[in-house]
Amino acid sequence: MALLEVKNLKVDFDTQDGVVHAVRDLSYTLEKGKTLAIVGESGSGKTQGAFALMGLLPKNGRATGSIRFDGKEILNLPLRELNRYRAERIGIIFQDPMTSLNPYMRISRQMTEVLEHHKGMSRSEALAESVRFLDAVRIPDAKNRVHMYPHEFSGGMRQRVMIAMALLCGPELLIADEPTTALDVTVQAEIIDLLVDLQEDFHASIILITHDLGIVAGTCEDTLVMFNGEVMEYRKTEELFANPEHAYTKGLLSAVPRLDQKVERLSTVSYEFMAGARKA
Amino acid sequence: MSEQDVILQVRNLSVHFNVPAGGLFGGHKVLKAVKNVSFDLHAGETLGIVGESGCGKSTLSRAIIRLIEASGGESVWMGKDILKMNSSELVGLRKDIQMIFQDPLASLNPRMTAGSIIAEPLQIHNPEVTKAERTKRVAEMMEKVGLTPNMINKYPHEFSGGQCQRIGIARALITRPKLIVCDEAVSALDVSVQAQVINLLMDLQKEFGVSLLFIAHDIAVVRHIAQRIMVLYFGEVVEIGESEQVVMAPSHDYTKKLIASVPVPDPKEEMKRREVRRRLRREAAAAA
Amino acid sequence: MVLRPIRVEAQADPTNVDDQSYLTATKSRSLWADAARRFFRHIPSVVSLVLLVLVALFAFTGNFFAVWTNSEVDWSVLGRVPELGAPSLESGHYFGTDDLGRDLFARVVQGSQISLMVGIVGAGIAVIVGTVYGAVAGYFGGRLDSVMMRLVDILLSIPYMFVLILLLVVFGRSISMLFIGIGLISWLDMSRIVRGQTLSLKQKEFIEAARASGAGHFTIIFRHIVPNLLGIVAVYATLLVPQMILTESFISFLGLGVQEPLTSWGALIAQGASNVMYGTLWQLLFPLGFFIVTLFSFYFVGDGLRDALDPKDR
Repeated sequence: MALLEVKNLKVDFDTQDGVVHAVRDLSYTLEKGKTLAIVGESGSGKTQGAFALMGLLPKNGRATGSIRFDGKEILNLPLRELNRYRAERIGIIFQDPMTSLNPYMRISRQMTEVLEHHKGMSRSEALAESVRFLDAVRIPDAKNRVHMYPHEFSGGMRQRVMIAMALLCGPELLIADEPTTALDVTVQAEIIDLLVDLQEDFHASIILITHDLGIVAGTCEDTLVMFNGEVMEYRKTEELFANPEHAYTKGLLSAVPRLDQKVERLSTVSYEFMAGARKA
Repeated sequence: MSEQDVILQVRNLSVHFNVPAGGLFGGHKVLKAVKNVSFDLHAGETLGIVGESGCGKSTLSRAIIRLIEASGGESVWMGKDILKMNSSELVGLRKDIQMIFQDPLASLNPRMTAGSIIAEPLQIHNPEVTKAERTKRVAEMMEKVGLTPNMINKYPHEFSGGQCQRIGIARALITRPKLIVCDEAVSALDVSVQAQVINLLMDLQKEFGVSLLFIAHDIAVVRHIAQRIMVLYFGEVVEIGESEQVVMAPSHDYTKKLIASVPVPDPKEEMKRREVRRRLRREAAAAA
Repeated sequence: MVLRPIRVEAQADPTNVDDQSYLTATKSRSLWADAARRFFRHIPSVVSLVLLVLVALFAFTGNFFAVWTNSEVDWSVLGRVPELGAPSLESGHYFGTDDLGRDLFARVVQGSQISLMVGIVGAGIAVIVGTVYGAVAGYFGGRLDSVMMRLVDILLSIPYMFVLILLLVVFGRSISMLFIGIGLISWLDMSRIVRGQTLSLKQKEFIEAARASGAGHFTIIFRHIVPNLLGIVAVYATLLVPQMILTESFISFLGLGVQEPLTSWGALIAQGASNVMYGTLWQLLFPLGFFIVTLFSFYFVGDGLRDALDPKDR
């Protein structure tokens, strides 16, 4: 049975200027231990789709359709029930780690609290476990650094802490929403490589949400390209890159200058396509 | 390229900031944001400046054109040191050197219309131009950057990010400058829009023969647009050379790491690059 | 978080656009127009605005409807005000009379004029002086900023009510002295707010863009900074008007403010309050009613303005 099954997900927002359809129709399945990339530009609905799954939609948002996690419907669950999933079975990594780390608490306390609460560990057990996780995300000198405050870490290190915290309870699903967008390229490569290695060690399923087709290649097994709230292409990553079928995917691929190829002029996504899609 | 067509010579430019050292009476310590940077820029050339956040690339670009004061060195524009210019010479300089900014929306005054934003440099530097003539030139420039002149009375928030950046480009071009400093001019844009803006910049550069100082963190973009690349690391130039050479045969360790880190949209290639990165990391660990 | 609708990246190729729309400039909405639209959708603020307009109309056209002038004494009620001076349509004393038999309607009209004037002049001084002072201090920063803001701190640290009372005692109780006193203090808070806003505006890229295109300091302050401050200035000014009215009323209540034959809401309330025990409740209620309605309306309008100008805050 698939770990996660999303069917005909729609997300609408009520705004002053009328209803905005952020996600029009999103369906995908994620097997246990597999990785899926959801790629799209801003406004494509890639983040809102994931927020609906995590119950993080803002007040003016509505989600319909179906999201089954391990066979159970979790879309629009009451917050209390959803929190159980979020804490123990679904880990989340955000673009800005500061939004989910408490700036006034030491990392050690933030991590041990989770373990004590959900795993029933003692304080000292929990601390040892926290250090083990920080080691796993390759934070040097984890033993001492575990007692630092979030602001004492650099951006990349903070994101590692965030990943360690997301993995603490041994989640079956890890959702990473633009985990490297705020980071430098060299740090981004380290974080992505880390995620790949961790996936091999922890066997969690991963949904990687990103705007960058580059970091998807060599990271995820499946890739889903979204535009304007709809799925444009959803295939095995290797096939998608080797032979993109949809005009939009082709456009995206050729619009980015590549280090391994030299082109005279970048091709752009055709306007006819963009305008047509918006009208529909 | 000959010696004559060098329009900008930067020599040993340094920028130091005083930052509070903490504590009530802690005094301050000196942060060396840019250290002894030297390079030449030729007429009609695009020089890319690459580096990560905090490497001093934005500080450098602003110090060159004296939007912030440098601590030492020279920045010689057409034979005259910008750092020693008086205020009236500086105003004249602003006509020749324009700038394009990172955040398309934030770089436009939200209370001004697109037309008046684009017209402003013209108003400052060519006050003799009549209002009708100015409107005509603005409309022409809007067409050149791919905006329709009927948008002249619209406000920035009514435009998309890519269009806002086009307004920024039109503003930079209206006085027919000789150099445009592009500070992360395309990094805030979506990839499809980014490609359009890059193409537009390259086309306009050809048409107007303007030089570009193209600052970005994305070396793939810089390589595409620039003839030469300068790599900045902690305020110092670690490498400068022809784009192809810097990308294909980097000499400095940092450049190597940077280039290996850039993701390539090709799974097989990316696997190879991951191995390269792992090797570089092991080497760095062994060296430390 | 509120999502805004997605905008289409418009055709970059001008040839795609048909000729008609190409030549005529399209309609556009400035931020002000947007704010006005939001403001007028908020019913309490619109109601308050209507009330304010009515109060202002009353203050400046009320004299045409008054049967008595504000200084005339109705000898027929003098001495028997509690029995004969009550509001009535027949006698022409719509609001009754005060304890000297003068027509309260005409007095309230005059009091409204003065109170509104004090509020508006006070807020006006605050807007002009405070905005320019704060914008200059914030824009230039450094030593000039320190000196300018320390001066504000010093002025703020002096108990202004004390100074105001002293001014009125030393230079005599006159309306112009009152204006000067209120004007002296009203701009201080405004300049601080404006300076704070300027400091954050100064970091914005469009200010740097203006500097990079060679704009002078004057242009930057008055073209790029001040227009972007006007939102917050407008909000604060609407909240300042009632504050000024309150200050004046307090001073007048103490008997130091507006002097006979002139009057203001505060003075009328003071008189009304001191006569309440003789059964002339209307002398208190009419000025008090105008006072309260006006203050509430200004606060509601201010709130509505703030919401309309800064939609992100809700």
